[in-house]
Amino acid sequence: MKRSLKKTLLAAAVATSALAVTGGAVAFCGFYVAKADTKLFNKASKVAIMRDGDRTVMTMANDFQGELKEFAMVIPVPVVLQEGQIHVTDNAILDHLDAYTAPRLVEYFDEDPCTVYRRRDMQMAPTASMAEESVGASSDRGFGVTVEAEYTVGEYDIQILSAKESDGLAGWLKENGYKLPDGAEATLGSYIKQGTKFFVAKVNLDEQAKTGLNYLRPLQVAFESPKFLLPIRLGTVNADGKQELFVFALTRSGRIETTNYRTTKLPTGMDIPLYVKDEFGDFYKSMFEQQVEQENERAVFLEYAWDMNWCDPCAADPLSQSELRELGVYWLDGGDAPGIIPRRPAPQQAQDVFVTRLHVSYDAEHFPEDLLFKETGDRTNFQGRYVLRHPYKGDATCDAANQYRAELPKRFEKEAQTLANLTGWDIDDIRDKMDGEGQSFDPPEPDNWWKRLWGADKKDG
Amino acid sequence: MTKSGFFKQLARDPRHYQIAALGALLAFGVTTRAFEISPLQIAAIFVTALSVQFLGSFMSAMRFEPRSALITSLSLSLLLRADDLTPLMIAAAIGVGSKFTMRLYGKHIFNPANIGIVTLLLLSQSALPGAAWTPSGQWGNAIWLAALIAGAGMVVTYRAARIDVPLIFLGAYAALIIARALWLGDPLAIPLMRLQNGALILFAFFMISDPKTTPDGAVARAVFAAGAALIAYVLAYHFYISDGIFYALAAMCVIRPVIERFDPAPHYRWGDPVTRPKILARLTGARPHPLPAE
Repeated sequence: MKRSLKKTLLAAAVATSALAVTGGAVAFCGFYVAKADTKLFNKASKVAIMRDGDRTVMTMANDFQGELKEFAMVIPVPVVLQEGQIHVTDNAILDHLDAYTAPRLVEYFDEDPCTVYRRRDMQMAPTASMAEESVGASSDRGFGVTVEAEYTVGEYDIQILSAKESDGLAGWLKENGYKLPDGAEATLGSYIKQGTKFFVAKVNLDEQAKTGLNYLRPLQVAFESPKFLLPIRLGTVNADGKQELFVFALTRSGRIETTNYRTTKLPTGMDIPLYVKDEFGDFYKSMFEQQVEQENERAVFLEYAWDMNWCDPCAADPLSQSELRELGVYWLDGGDAPGIIPRRPAPQQAQDVFVTRLHVSYDAEHFPEDLLFKETGDRTNFQGRYVLRHPYKGDATCDAANQYRAELPKRFEKEAQTLANLTGWDIDDIRDKMDGEGQSFDPPEPDNWWKRLWGADKKDG
Repeated sequence: MTKSGFFKQLARDPRHYQIAALGALLAFGVTTRAFEISPLQIAAIFVTALSVQFLGSFMSAMRFEPRSALITSLSLSLLLRADDLTPLMIAAAIGVGSKFTMRLYGKHIFNPANIGIVTLLLLSQSALPGAAWTPSGQWGNAIWLAALIAGAGMVVTYRAARIDVPLIFLGAYAALIIARALWLGDPLAIPLMRLQNGALILFAFFMISDPKTTPDGAVARAVFAAGAALIAYVLAYHFYISDGIFYALAAMCVIRPVIERFDPAPHYRWGDPVTRPKILARLTGARPHPLPAE
């Protein structure tokens, strides 16, 4: 009868400009509960978490694709929220944070081997991410629940619920026209026994129309709790296949990591073939899938860890103070200088904000428990960065140049191997594509000794 | 000492097994688990621990005995992380120093590596924010790794006549978190995954089971291990403290003298024979270990 169908699209955008696109959506800590039989689409989820001591601000981005009136989300929170603790913000800020922290491609151009060896020259094409899909449906029955409060915040109607029993909550949701996926009740029951509160967010169409936007803006909650976690279990209940989640943490002392799952770094810094420039999105997606598999699908990946003051190379400018405040960084005084923060300012201009980007591809089997985090004191910078090295194309005739050219096929072969290892792509396809892009594996013509004798004044030897 | 006497001595002292096992785990972690500790940091821990051991021995007119300090250094290298050298050196100094300064009834109170870690964790939340942290999730939940650590740990704790400590600790902890999962209606995958955490297994077999800082009487030891499990559980699940196991051990060490009064037994000395449960000895018909030369 009623079905809620969620699907995702691959949002892979590759560009040489500083532009990034990431699929965003919900489902991480809520499941979509549709009010009628309509298709719901969701991509990957994006969550920004400001955490300092017990203070927490979570910003949850939707890239909800279905009918807005069908949208509803049940979100577990550790405390009962007051009206002022719920807020709606702009998509642009999370998109900016996403772009700033995205894995990036950089280019180097080899110098004339007869003069210098190489010099940096870079350009980056920050990338995109991907998403998976999920499907859910079905219902359940039960008894009453107290609606502690109801607010309209931005385009959302919020109901704060308190429930003592899971069948009560499930029954209430059903009575109010929401649909629960099979198995959600057990998870709700576990949360209720742990003292978790819930709120339901659905779209107020009048308010939504007033925004003039055709998408839903990210919902934010601010609270204090010793629990530093991200509830993902409800999202896995109805999921068909894996879901993608990006967590952006804004902290003071250092990067965050998961305590109940291993956090591992994405491979970085490799030289890869030039043609990847045009398929960086595919490259990133394949590489990520490959890494997930290598870690037996149980690891959380660190994609970026950096002091918010700067970047090198920058996929996007660091966030401004007002953007950071919007995301919950309450310790900044907010007096923003006009304009944006300049690219790569001196590290001394401390904003005292450390950003961590984690990426996890999860399902109930491999991630049965919510993600528990801890903040570490680690301020080591890390970024997912992949290098294109363009060989020198000009005429160069010195000994060094001959040697340089003789080395190139070996270098290309290494790049091909690296790419094959990272992505699991077929090495022969890689070699063919590299050949097409001018990265030839043929050794240069043999350097006949006599050419050097008269080569300078006669054209033939 | 004759050659065979040397090997006997080598085989009898459980510290040798422990050093070998921890050393192998550190090598494994640094090479395949990308542990975030630099060779310089490891060196700083070792130099500090051995220096403090030397100084302490000198001041208390004892023979310099590096083995225990080596174990402390290895444990810290495995379980504590910092950006700088200083926090790790402070932890090593406090750990080894505590053996000489904090003593009661002829025994040191705290497990050296444990008190080093606990002090740094407390400092990181107060005077030195973010100075040090424990990589609790970084061992992962792979069952083969948990089994490997436990296997090595069984050999070591058996040799140290303390195999009951990790088993009771893990048993009690498992019972608590499985009971919780059943009460919550959670899938058992959740507690089982927690039990496969490499850091927890490492703690059980290589830290809390230290014969010098566990009670000597078997009953007192069981209370000690189960008490640590209970405190660790409460800290983790009711106060959401991810480093609960370390605080739990430190707390049990403080109340250990009280527990010991109800079950007095002679102090353990390194190389003491393994006392097997009588049933086991009868079953295997094994000859007990020779008594150490007095």
